[in-house]
Amino acid sequence: MNLYGVRAIYKFEMARMRRTLMQSVASPVISTSLYFVVFGSAIGSRMGDIDNISYGAYIIPGLVMLSLLMQSISNASFGIYMPKFSGTIYEVLSAPVSYVEVVLGYVGAAATKSVILGVIILITARLFVDYDVLHPFWMFAFLVLTAITFSLFGFIIGIWADGFEKLQIVPLMIVTPLVFLGGTFYSIDMLPEVWQTISLFNPVVYLISGFRWAFYGVSDVHVGISVGMTLMFLTACMIAVWWIFKTGYRLRS
Amino acid sequence: METIAHKAKLSKSSPVVRKYRALIHHQQDMPVQPDISVKHLNKVYADGFRALKDINLDIEPGEIFALLGPNGAGKTTLISIICGIVNLTDGEVKAAGFDIIRDYRKARESIGLVPQELNTDSFETVWDAVSFSRGLFGKPPAPDHIEKVLKDLSLWDKRNNRIMSLSGGMKRRVMIAKALSHEPRILFLDEPTAGVDVELRRDMWEMVRKLRENGVTIILTTHYIEEAEEMADRIGVIRHGEIILVEDKSRLMSKLGKKELRLHLQSPLEKMPGQLALEPIELSEDGYELIYTFDSQQEQAGVARLLRTLGDLGIEYRDIQTRESSLEEIFVGLVNE
Repeated sequence: MNLYGVRAIYKFEMARMRRTLMQSVASPVISTSLYFVVFGSAIGSRMGDIDNISYGAYIIPGLVMLSLLMQSISNASFGIYMPKFSGTIYEVLSAPVSYVEVVLGYVGAAATKSVILGVIILITARLFVDYDVLHPFWMFAFLVLTAITFSLFGFIIGIWADGFEKLQIVPLMIVTPLVFLGGTFYSIDMLPEVWQTISLFNPVVYLISGFRWAFYGVSDVHVGISVGMTLMFLTACMIAVWWIFKTGYRLRS
Repeated sequence: METIAHKAKLSKSSPVVRKYRALIHHQQDMPVQPDISVKHLNKVYADGFRALKDINLDIEPGEIFALLGPNGAGKTTLISIICGIVNLTDGEVKAAGFDIIRDYRKARESIGLVPQELNTDSFETVWDAVSFSRGLFGKPPAPDHIEKVLKDLSLWDKRNNRIMSLSGGMKRRVMIAKALSHEPRILFLDEPTAGVDVELRRDMWEMVRKLRENGVTIILTTHYIEEAEEMADRIGVIRHGEIILVEDKSRLMSKLGKKELRLHLQSPLEKMPGQLALEPIELSEDGYELIYTFDSQQEQAGVARLLRTLGDLGIEYRDIQTRESSLEEIFVGLVNE
């Protein structure tokens, strides 16, 4: 195992985060805080509780998940896309690193950044909304698992993308709608039955449901199913990455 | 004349190569393992373009090998396959004795690559970029080594500068520093002096010589034939994806080189005398110069015969100049065949 190689990639990516603190940390924290202010403190105080949880507190897991997904995808896709774009990928391809080590470096750094960001957002949310964490271990486990899974997904997008536009398409056109329709702002039990069924095809429902269970002990679907669905998506991403490196898809001609 | 040499023979004659044979193999009777061994290598891209056709090439430890060829001949594809950037279609490639697919870690550890393009991380400092490369190639941090590399390449003063603030020549040095950061045994220089000024080019040539003295095998592609002429021990010529010649530089120049003898006449000739008609000789437009072209190996007989004939004809000359054809002229002749 080329641990020095993994460390080099990891450090390089984390250094990029430090260089771009405003973009990497401040910007998502501020935009998520605006949700807490508007939906938590302002409008939330005029809305009824859901499952005996105040509306402001209810939306916290979903909003954290929104940032976590977006940042995981963005960090990882940008991390691998930039060397492709600038041509510096030659160095990684010619180095004695296996694809597992490359993934550990890039995805590990992207997931670390996302987890740090998620924790900062949770701390910031506390300034605006009062909330509890019933199962701290599971809350953190969901945070880490989701960050890793979607960083892996972002890594795949970064390899697939052949332009900056494509980097944005999936997070903005697919992930954001799925998060908004995945129970961030409501319980899917509140939907008509047909929409409840349709919602179950949205993978983000399981992530938010499981994460919310870790906070308040309530969920739209059983927590075991949430964990299972997340692990299934993680496995699918791992298979895709394995195939990418096996075939050299968009990396080696 | 064997201009098509699919199977490149190893040069045993170079003193440097002999020295490294002795250094690497303590017992002289041990077989020498080439640092780069390419056998029946083919590359067909997805669009069907056949970039390399049955390439066979061995490069010995400690030599400077110049790979020449026109644009699109396959030089960069060949280097990219050896370095692991491009997948081979079929064939076998070994670096430092290790198969580049089965033992890719050991093979790649031994290789440093300076690519043609100035691909650098603009926002990184010189020090961080070079340290990153060392780590990527599996070597523990070695500030002393990085310092030495940066000093050798006159980059020490710029170590804390972001790469984006450097000139093109300095960026080229950074690329070389990155390639040398993990102390490779084999160094690929793909058009290393493209777009750099004369001073830096000379510095790089000096650096390459020093590396060779330290036992590094160097494979260089270049458009500046002067560069190959100046530095290489052996020359390989690639055209349309095929190696058409591999030869010791000095042997190549004596084998394929031409000499030109210019005779400045006392008085002009109106036309070429009939007695010289069969010789490869031309008369200049003003009639004051006879230009005789001959193979390097035939010089003795041809020149003597020509001078005798001129004496017999009573043609007097006031000056004689000879000029050997450059590697560039040989190269142009080969690729245009």
